[in-house]
Amino acid sequence: MPESMTKYYLKIPSETDNLELIREFVSKVATKVGFGDDDINKIELAIDEACTNVVKHAYKDKNEKTIGIAIKLDYDRFTVVVTDTGKGFDIKKLKTPDMKEYLAEMRVGGLGIYLIHSLMDEVHFDIKPGVKNEVQMVKYFYKQDEEGLKIQEN
Amino acid sequence: MESFEVRRRDDGLISILYIKGYLDAHTAPKLEQEIQNLINEQNFKIIVNFNELSYISSAGLGVFMGFIENVREKDGDIKLTNMNPKIFRVFDLLGFPTLYDILDNENDAIKKFS
Repeated sequence: MPESMTKYYLKIPSETDNLELIREFVSKVATKVGFGDDDINKIELAIDEACTNVVKHAYKDKNEKTIGIAIKLDYDRFTVVVTDTGKGFDIKKLKTPDMKEYLAEMRVGGLGIYLIHSLMDEVHFDIKPGVKNEVQMVKYFYKQDEEGLKIQEN
Repeated sequence: MESFEVRRRDDGLISILYIKGYLDAHTAPKLEQEIQNLINEQNFKIIVNFNELSYISSAGLGVFMGFIENVREKDGDIKLTNMNPKIFRVFDLLGFPTLYDILDNENDAIKKFS
């Protein structure tokens, strides 16, 4: 597989005020590479959720910290990597929540990770608390079926 | 231009909030405050009109989660109207249509309150 062709990078203070800028950055690149509105909306929301988690949970609203947002383009995929150096989380607690249980409890917050999994094709976490935490989110240019064959998206 | 705005209109005992722009973790506290004000004034029949809302993240949805139980205990409700398909899809992804009364327009919501 060839190396990533292009990389875009944004380093920005960890503040909710910057979420709009982050969304614009990601959606501009996604538009440029030819994604349709539907996929752009999904990518934009997934990255917002990942960055909101960083601001609110990893850094706990300490805005002197920064968030890194890297976009890598490969021939078949668009990858966004959100990086922080804050408090990580227990990867075992990241299982997809049981929505029935969730709705019954009506808890506030904690929906971000569930959304990211629903919106993107692949999600990987690399958590080293206080050192470097990475959330890697992938959207394929073409959807793949179970046998890995490419399906043209509508 | 503000990235998020809330306007309020009262129709008898019903309060309607018109939300506009981007509802995310940055702007959610503004909507939270508006709904809190209504509750403080003992207004529990609330309609939120999404007509001019162009974006919502889970932080925005969380605002409604925070109040719905309280409002329903007081025989009120938060009814949501005029959602565009992009916004509705986020609600749908999280299973919210089973939890909230989501209606096509404000008049339908007003009728359901009376």
